[in-house]
Amino acid sequence: MSSKTIDKIVNREYEHGFVTDIETDTVAPGLSEDVIRMISAKKNEPEFMLEWRLRAFRHWLTMTEPQWSSVTHPPIDYQKISYYSAPKSDKDRPKSLDEVDPKLIETYNKLGIPLYEQQKLAGVAVDAVFDSVSVATTFKEKLAEAGVIFCSFSEAVQNHPELVKKYLGSVVPYRDNFFATLNSAVFTDGSFCYIPKGVRCPLELSTYFRINAANTGQFERTLIIAEEGSYVSYLEGCTAPMRDENQLHAAVVELVALKDAEIKYSTVQNWYPGDEHGKGGIYNFVTKRGACRDANAKISWTQIETGSAITWKYPSVILQGDNSVGEFYSVALTNNRQQADTGTKMIHLGKNTRSTIISKGISAGKGHNAYRGLVRVGPAATNARNYTQCDSLLLSDHCSAHTFPYIEVKNPTAKVEHEASTSKISDDQLFYCRQRGISAEDAVSMIVNGFCKQVFRELPMEFAVEAQKLMEVSLEGAVG
Amino acid sequence: MLTIENLHVTVEDKAILRGINLQINPGEVHAIMGPNGSGKSTLANILTGRDGYNITAGKIMFDGKPLADMAPEDRARAGIFLALQYPVEIPGVTNIYFLKTAVNEIRKTQGLAELDAMDFMTLVKAKMQQLKIKDEMLYRAINEGFSGGEKKRNEILQMMLLEPKLAIMDETDSGLDIDALQIISEGVNALRDSKRSFLLITHYQRLLNYIVPDHVHVLAHGKIVKSGGRELAEYLEKVGYEQIEAA
Repeated sequence: MSSKTIDKIVNREYEHGFVTDIETDTVAPGLSEDVIRMISAKKNEPEFMLEWRLRAFRHWLTMTEPQWSSVTHPPIDYQKISYYSAPKSDKDRPKSLDEVDPKLIETYNKLGIPLYEQQKLAGVAVDAVFDSVSVATTFKEKLAEAGVIFCSFSEAVQNHPELVKKYLGSVVPYRDNFFATLNSAVFTDGSFCYIPKGVRCPLELSTYFRINAANTGQFERTLIIAEEGSYVSYLEGCTAPMRDENQLHAAVVELVALKDAEIKYSTVQNWYPGDEHGKGGIYNFVTKRGACRDANAKISWTQIETGSAITWKYPSVILQGDNSVGEFYSVALTNNRQQADTGTKMIHLGKNTRSTIISKGISAGKGHNAYRGLVRVGPAATNARNYTQCDSLLLSDHCSAHTFPYIEVKNPTAKVEHEASTSKISDDQLFYCRQRGISAEDAVSMIVNGFCKQVFRELPMEFAVEAQKLMEVSLEGAVG
Repeated sequence: MLTIENLHVTVEDKAILRGINLQINPGEVHAIMGPNGSGKSTLANILTGRDGYNITAGKIMFDGKPLADMAPEDRARAGIFLALQYPVEIPGVTNIYFLKTAVNEIRKTQGLAELDAMDFMTLVKAKMQQLKIKDEMLYRAINEGFSGGEKKRNEILQMMLLEPKLAIMDETDSGLDIDALQIISEGVNALRDSKRSFLLITHYQRLLNYIVPDHVHVLAHGKIVKSGGRELAEYLEKVGYEQIEAA
C-alpha cells in the first residue's frame, strides 16, 4: 500500500493551470533578420544592440541543437515560434500598480502572489515579468536612494546603455551555446540589476516570471553586476498556465561579481510540467553563469526546480579572482514524465578558490532526473578546493536518477571531494510517521522536506516557505 | 477497551497468529510474553495497521469500533500508540518538528487547539526532564545517530506527549541497561491511571519488575497458551518457555 500511497500523493494535478485572457501584441511565427530588426525597433534599441543580436543570429544559423544531455524531446521547429509578444498596455507602460491591467493582478492573486501584501510585508521589490515586458516595478525609489539600479532589461538599454554594452555577453558570450545564442538574437526583456561599489542592497530583489501567450517562446535575459564590496540577494520564481503545446523557454542569466562582492541568486521554478502522459509542458533550456572576476568575490546559486517538462540547466561559476567562492545548492524534482538534466560547472582559475555543490534529486512517477556537473581546476589554481554531494531520492519504481560528475584537475595542490547517495522512502519510515498520527501524505512531504533541508536553508526566509509550498504542489502533500 | 476475538493473521500466506483471544479493560496492564517467533510483534503490528499483515479470521474491536479497516494514522488518532522495537531514522527531519506535528495531529482529532511553539516547548521540556533526555536531542534528526537507549527513551517521550488510550510497547526493554530501564519504567508508571491501558510485549520478565502487570499471557505458536497474574512471569523465568509450550 505504501508505494501506492506515494504514487497517489504524487499524482495530483498542477494547480496553477489557467490562461489569463489578455490581448497580446504578437508577431507572426518565424525567425529571420527582419524579425530581429523588428524586435529591436519595437524596443527602440541603440545600434550596438541590433548589431549584437544580428551577430548572434548569424552565428546561430551555423549551430545545431546540442545532443549530449540525457533528455529527449521531439524536434523543435524554430520557425513555428513567435518571437515577440507583449501585453497591449506596452506603449503606455503603467506608472503604478493601479494602472496595471486588473486581470494581470488577478492572475498573480490566483498564484498566491499578492503583490500589494508582498511589498508591505516582505519588503521585496518586485519586477514582475508577464510574458516579455515588465509591467510592474516597485520599490524603485528606495533602491535608487542606495544607488541600486533594478529595472527591466529594456529600460536598462535605454537608460544605462554604457553598462549594458560593457557587461552584456561578458559572461555568456553570444557564441556560447545553441540556446544562449538564440536568446542573444531574440531576447525581448528580462531584469537588470546594478549594485554600486560598497553598497549592500537594502532589499531582496525579486522577479516573478510567467509564460502566458500561446506558442510564444519566452527569451529572458538577466544581467546582474555587483561592484566592488557590494552585496545583493536576488530571487526568481515562476509558474505558468496550463496548455497543450510545448513552450520553449531559453533564458540567459549573467552575473558579474567584482572584488569582495557577493551575489546570492535563488530560483524557484514551477512551470507547467505537462500532464501525467507527458503531454504539454515547458521546455526549459537555460544558461546561467556567474563570474567572480576579482579577489574574494562570491557567487551562490540556489535553485528549486519542480516544474517544466524538460529542465536543461547548469548554473555555473567561473572563479577567476583569488580566494573567490562558488556555491550551488539544488533541489530538482521530476514527476510523471518530467525530465531534468541539471547541475553546475565550477571553473577554478584563481588561487585558493573554493566551491561547494549540494545537489538533491527527487524522482517520482516516471520522472527522469540527472545531475551533471563539472569541476575544473586550472593549472594556476593553487590550493583550489571543491566539495560535491549528490543525493537522489526515488519515490516510485518507474523513475530514474543518474549522476554524471566530471572532474578535471590540472593543479596537484587541489582537493576535490565527491559524495553521492541514492535512497528510497522506506515503508518503515512511512509507517512510523503514520503510527504517530501523521497522514501518509504529510509524512512523504515531511521526509522529502528533510531530504531537501540542506538546500532550503540556503534560501531567504520568505522564499523557503514558498519553496516548500511549491514542493507540496509538485508532490502534492503538505510540506511543513 | 480492546477486544480481540479468534484472531488469525498471515504474513505472506504463512499463518502467524492462529486464534488469539484477548480482552483489555481500561486501566489494565497486560504483558504478552513468549519465545522468538511466537507472533508477539505480529500482534503489535496488526493492532497498529502495518502493511503486509492479513487478517484471515476473527476481529479486533477498539472502543467498540472494528479496527481492521482503519488507516494507521486513524488508529493513532483514536489513541493507539506503539513504542517500536526498532525506532526508525528519518534524516533531515528534526525530532522537535516530528514531535510537534504528531502532538498537533492528535490534538486536532480531539478537537483541541494546536499547540504553538512556546507551549509545545514548555510541555516537551518537562517530559524530557522526567526521562533525563538532553535538550540537544530535540534538534537532531529523528533517531539518527541515537544510541539504542536514546531511541527507546525517545519512544517513551512520544508516548508521554501523545497520551494514548492504549500504549503498546514492543520489546522496549531489549538492549537497555538497568539505569535506562528504570528511567523508562518510571515514565510509564507515571502514565498509568484508571483509563489508560498498556500492552507490554517482552521476552524477559525483567521489565515486569519495574512495570508490574495485572495480567500475563504466554504466546506460543500464534496462540495464547496460558494466562495468569504477575506470578506467571516469575514462573516462566524459572521453568523457561519450553515447559509451557510443551504443556
